[in-house]
Amino acid sequence: MKPVDAITQTFVRHKPAFMPYFTLGYPDYETSLAVVEACAAAGAHLMELGVPFSDPLADGPTIQQSMQVALQGGMTLEKCITAVATLRARQITIPFMLMGYINPILAYGTARFVQDAAQAGANGLIVPDLPPEEAGELETLCQQHGLALTYLLSPNSSNSRIKLVTRKTTGFTYLVSVTGITGARTALPPELGDFVQRVRAQTEGPLAVGFGISTREQVQAVGELADGVIVGSALIRAVGDATDKPGEAYRFVRELVG
Amino acid sequence: MTTQTLPQKFGPYGGQFVPETLMPALAELEEAYLAARSDPGFQAELDHLLRTYVGRPTPLSFARRLTEKLGGAQIYLKREDLAHSGAHKINNALGQVLLAKRMGKQRIIAETGAGQHGVATATACALLGLDCVVYMGTVDMARQAPNVFRMRLMGAEVRGVDSGSRTLKDAINEAIRDWVTNIADTYYLLGSALGPHPYPTMVRDFQSVIGRETREQMQETVGRLPDSIVACVGGGSNAIGIFHAFVPDEQVDLIGVEAGGNGIPSGQHAARFADPQIGRPGVLHGCYTYVMQNADGQIALTHSISAGLDYAAVGPEHTYLRETERAFYTAVTDDEALAAFQTLCAQEGIIPALESAHAVAEAIRRAPTLPQEHIMVINLSGRGDKDLDTVISTLRQA
Repeated sequence: MKPVDAITQTFVRHKPAFMPYFTLGYPDYETSLAVVEACAAAGAHLMELGVPFSDPLADGPTIQQSMQVALQGGMTLEKCITAVATLRARQITIPFMLMGYINPILAYGTARFVQDAAQAGANGLIVPDLPPEEAGELETLCQQHGLALTYLLSPNSSNSRIKLVTRKTTGFTYLVSVTGITGARTALPPELGDFVQRVRAQTEGPLAVGFGISTREQVQAVGELADGVIVGSALIRAVGDATDKPGEAYRFVRELVG
Repeated sequence: MTTQTLPQKFGPYGGQFVPETLMPALAELEEAYLAARSDPGFQAELDHLLRTYVGRPTPLSFARRLTEKLGGAQIYLKREDLAHSGAHKINNALGQVLLAKRMGKQRIIAETGAGQHGVATATACALLGLDCVVYMGTVDMARQAPNVFRMRLMGAEVRGVDSGSRTLKDAINEAIRDWVTNIADTYYLLGSALGPHPYPTMVRDFQSVIGRETREQMQETVGRLPDSIVACVGGGSNAIGIFHAFVPDEQVDLIGVEAGGNGIPSGQHAARFADPQIGRPGVLHGCYTYVMQNADGQIALTHSISAGLDYAAVGPEHTYLRETERAFYTAVTDDEALAAFQTLCAQEGIIPALESAHAVAEAIRRAPTLPQEHIMVINLSGRGDKDLDTVISTLRQA
């Protein structure tokens, strides 16, 4: 079985799949691993592991700040790959997506990165500043190593772009709920249902929705529309404020999926 | 959908490394720009404003006393410092604001480092009646305070950016985040020849008026092309603006000057091409080019006395011109730029922007080694009133 197949199966087994995002290295390396373990124990179906970058231009203040803290603590892409291998050694079996910007990947060496990520036990990649038009080399390498390369769509994506992205994406299609950056918002955009329908009309593959989702009610509402729900900033904020960080991560995930 | 498109890359450099939300907006921008570019009415309106509002053509001045002092090449100055609002930035700002109006966008956002692009954008928005928000790092706001005041006087909202190094790079991050969020009604007026396609091409086109005029003026004044052209390179819009018309003329040396800060060995500089340990091909702000970064691919903090050159990446066309050896790039330190600033004031009665003083410093270095028949043009991209506080406090410390 290829690493990407575990992602696809997650969406068969769990409707909807709950997919938290957490920045590796925040607030420090060991705690971030404990948070991921706690999320898995609490019932997360898949984890997006954020790779810190100095200039995350698709991210809002919460994730920006978490990345800054992680980088100040010495987090690197190499350590993120080690983190994946360590979590696998600790018997965490849910699919892992590494989510990070393109420049650290280029600096690491694209081919070496894909090989090392696959070997460590990652199932796929999400690179928010790499649209399919620029992804040729990474796409080929991911295919060779059986990793998913999951692309994003936005509410302003035209039908022709939806067609392109849904043909190219593997694992699932990541729908950005709003035109904007990551971060918790008080309400879901009213057009979300239409957007999901427009994408659904072009693909039978799984659709996960992220950006701006923070409460149990929002998770349930999105779960009615899509196959997967992604929560990032709200988790990071809750964990950041807590004294017992893994405990808070566990409680947070239980509350949202319970 | 139009089938006509512009080339997205200069060799392997450039491209569109952006979040999905921006892809439709960049396509819309390219389409609108292509339509405008081939519309004689658009070009006529822009030319009219450049003539009657900006004061183009800007003069080409012979720097007689500087030439005599250096005792080598004859030095001419392309006087972009005399363009309305004090720098070449207005050429691009007016072009893009006209384009935004054509696209029906009422809200303009921009980033600024030295404040010259912010001032140019605020100026163009005041002239044409559009809303204007300018993002500026708080470090830059402190060292370029007069420009902050100018922007506010002209009705722009200046938003301080407190993240990262609090300079140009972070201002661009915030401007892009604003654009992603307000994509439907907002036009992002990028101020240099960088960022995702089509910006590097579009900004270069709007700035190429500098080189076209220089060509004509050289023919009128001395009856031939210059032997070399020197320009400072931050993102690189003034340099590409004056280089572009001369690229086919292989006999004309094109020299770009980066910010050497405290010297290349110090690591505290913004010379992307000078330091292979730190400056390597990578992606920043949507384009693949030379980027200053650490071993892990995190963007490096840069340093320059000049806010306008204090940026971690260089426009992709410069990277291509360097790789194809059509242009040559060098670096000048803060101290050398400061000395050149004073020399130009004393010899020619011209206060240059600290950015442009880097080009002057390179000219001062080269001119004495060249024969008197050699004609050198410096692109004097902006005036230095905005820098007086920085210069005074630096000289006081020395």
